[in-house]
Amino acid sequence: MNNNFNKNLDLTKIRPYGDTFNDGKVQISFTLPVEDDEKAIVAAKILVRKMGVKNPSVVYHCPLDKGFTYFVVYGNLNQTIDYTEIHIDAIDKEIMSIEQINEYIKENIKRKIIILGATTGTDAHTVGIDAIINRKGYKGHYGLESYEMVEAYNMGSQVKNEEFIKKAIELNADILLVSQTVTQKNIHLKNLTQLVELLESEGLREKIILICGGPRITNELAKELGYDAGFGPGKYAEDVTTFAIKEIVNRKKL
Amino acid sequence: MKKMNNKAVNSKLNLDFSMVKKARETAKTIALDTQKFIDKHTTTSIERTICRLLGIDGINEFGVPLPNIVVNNIKKGKGLGIGAAIFIGNAILQKNLSPQEIAEKVSKEEIDLTKLPMNDLIEIKRAITNLAKKTLEKIKKNKKKREDYLEKFGEKEGPLLYIIVATGNIYEDITQAKAAAKQGADIIAVIRSTGQSLLDYVPYGATTEGFGGTYATQENFRLMRKALDEVGEELGRYIRLTNYCSGLCMPEIAAMGAFERLDVMLNDALYGILFRDINMKRTIIDQYFSRLINGFAGVIINTGEDNYLTTDDAFEAAHTVLASQFINEQFALLAGLKEKQLGLGHAFEMNPELENGFLYELAQAQMAREIFPKAPLKYMPPTKFMSGNIFKGYIQNALFNMITIMTNQKIHLLGMLTEAIHTPFMSDRALSIENAKYIFNNMKSLGEEIAFKRGGIMEKRANEVLNKTYKLLKEIGKEGLFSTIEKGIFAGIKRKINGGKGLEGVVEKEKDYFNPFIELMVQENLM
Repeated sequence: MNNNFNKNLDLTKIRPYGDTFNDGKVQISFTLPVEDDEKAIVAAKILVRKMGVKNPSVVYHCPLDKGFTYFVVYGNLNQTIDYTEIHIDAIDKEIMSIEQINEYIKENIKRKIIILGATTGTDAHTVGIDAIINRKGYKGHYGLESYEMVEAYNMGSQVKNEEFIKKAIELNADILLVSQTVTQKNIHLKNLTQLVELLESEGLREKIILICGGPRITNELAKELGYDAGFGPGKYAEDVTTFAIKEIVNRKKL
Repeated sequence: MKKMNNKAVNSKLNLDFSMVKKARETAKTIALDTQKFIDKHTTTSIERTICRLLGIDGINEFGVPLPNIVVNNIKKGKGLGIGAAIFIGNAILQKNLSPQEIAEKVSKEEIDLTKLPMNDLIEIKRAITNLAKKTLEKIKKNKKKREDYLEKFGEKEGPLLYIIVATGNIYEDITQAKAAAKQGADIIAVIRSTGQSLLDYVPYGATTEGFGGTYATQENFRLMRKALDEVGEELGRYIRLTNYCSGLCMPEIAAMGAFERLDVMLNDALYGILFRDINMKRTIIDQYFSRLINGFAGVIINTGEDNYLTTDDAFEAAHTVLASQFINEQFALLAGLKEKQLGLGHAFEMNPELENGFLYELAQAQMAREIFPKAPLKYMPPTKFMSGNIFKGYIQNALFNMITIMTNQKIHLLGMLTEAIHTPFMSDRALSIENAKYIFNNMKSLGEEIAFKRGGIMEKRANEVLNKTYKLLKEIGKEGLFSTIEKGIFAGIKRKINGGKGLEGVVEKEKDYFNPFIELMVQENLM
């Protein structure tokens, strides 16, 4: 790559950053189903060039098995994007603390809110729902069970959508939290969609704040599936509750 | 007694071995107390296992396994209290057919087992015991074959590298497993399809569709065993095969594993109760028979204490892990398993931000090693605090690998840098094996070279955990195991004694109850 590229930051044309603006440095690793030899290295370079990466450099390669080779490649991405053109539908950026949340509920809702959570379908992973609900929480973020103004229920894993809804009616829940981890063959999507359909057919969808979460969940995906919000990795009980209580209050105003 | 003193002298942690002894005795009382309950009951899954062990296999035109059909037929006739073996034995004498032929006729509704005239009980038992002995010979041959392989290739020194395949398709699993074996894996575990533990039957035949894993079927076991034997011959190593002997079909899976020479089985009732909400009575009864079979077949069982730390805090809940290991050890010994077959579980799950977390981990791993000196401990990699930052994750796995080699853990589950992102790529596995091999070789004798500071952080930590464990075991001893689980002591999860899945499959044994395998296996396991 010649050194004559613009070395100043231009938000309308951003590129990955290695150690200089616009150098476009990226690291890529992958496996090709071929023998580890000279020809394989050339193949890896051609492939990386096709990705829009100039000057590919295969810094490491090794055989994984007969007919499989692993590569680590560096290069300069020549694509740019206009950062100023991007508009996202982000969930409220102002995250309240536990104290603020309790205060907000006392002032604006004037009663404890009821939150019911579960990992639904055949999914047996509870790390996500436990991180949000259980008292201990996760990484120093206490869970909903420790919130004064929240009554939280955790049904655990492998809960059928029908059972989940039955419990929601029984508790008169304000907010439903669904956690989904297993993603093979997109089973989580079917399961999440089915819950929305069931809630609609019971006439409950509008009465409830419906939130999903999991390692593969984004807010955009959640909305597409008919949820009010979705939370991915790195979000804690405060993030979820801040969104939910504001949504309750907003709906009242309508 | 002399041996005990020697151990105490060699303890790096200056552990109080008189307390270890008391803890072990308390755990034994807990297990014996529960065993009284176990001995009075059988379950639908145990009876189906007896059918399988007598040679009944296959499915009907609707895909229902014949063992289920036979047991349902007996259950309908209210005969389960004396056991499937008696009715099958009777039908053999009455009809002069094999168990498989009888099952097929039951399936076609040509035989109703509880409606046949009953032969003399002693003759029935004699006929069925002869058949049972033949089955046990077959299982013994499998055990012998494993021993021959291990003799031929030699047993590996140091930790066994354990990796997981989980494509959903047994043929794809075989490709991945063979590649992993060539890269250095010693144990291949085929993860089951999500939810299989809750099925009250075992699927049949080779399967190519699963969710998050591959169905455990006898044919899948056979296919993988064959593939691993082939690659093992090529590499001059014995590659062990693992599956999951848990859930509602716990003893049936044990029988299938014994037939197809599986080497390691996850086998822990507490795990099913807590994490799969399986009824505690059902699964603790099932566990006994499944462990008897695993013991007989020379299978190493793995217990699931490591999972407590995915829901509970690894620092605060360390004593619940040790208490559960003590109890699991006693249940296993009661079922005739040898200490060398006890892959008691624990895990590297301390918060990476905890100051001196590595020291606490090291202390706990060393403690487990000293308390269960002959057990091939199963050590699980970090999962809870794997964040998607693959680079940090690779270091977390490196620290985990260091503890294994320093404390001589045996069944070492390799951590994947892409944990919490996807089921492992071929390259993830290769990187992980490379990481472990590097550390195991480079730090091989470190554990033998170092001593821990007397009265230091680690010594205090281990003795504190041991203390709390003994206290907890005494409490459990007073309460009984079932009501302890109801209170949510393990993993912070509460389960009700009559809640969960599978209670309807629990049956009280009647006076004439007969299971030929229990007696035969107990005799053999005690030898």
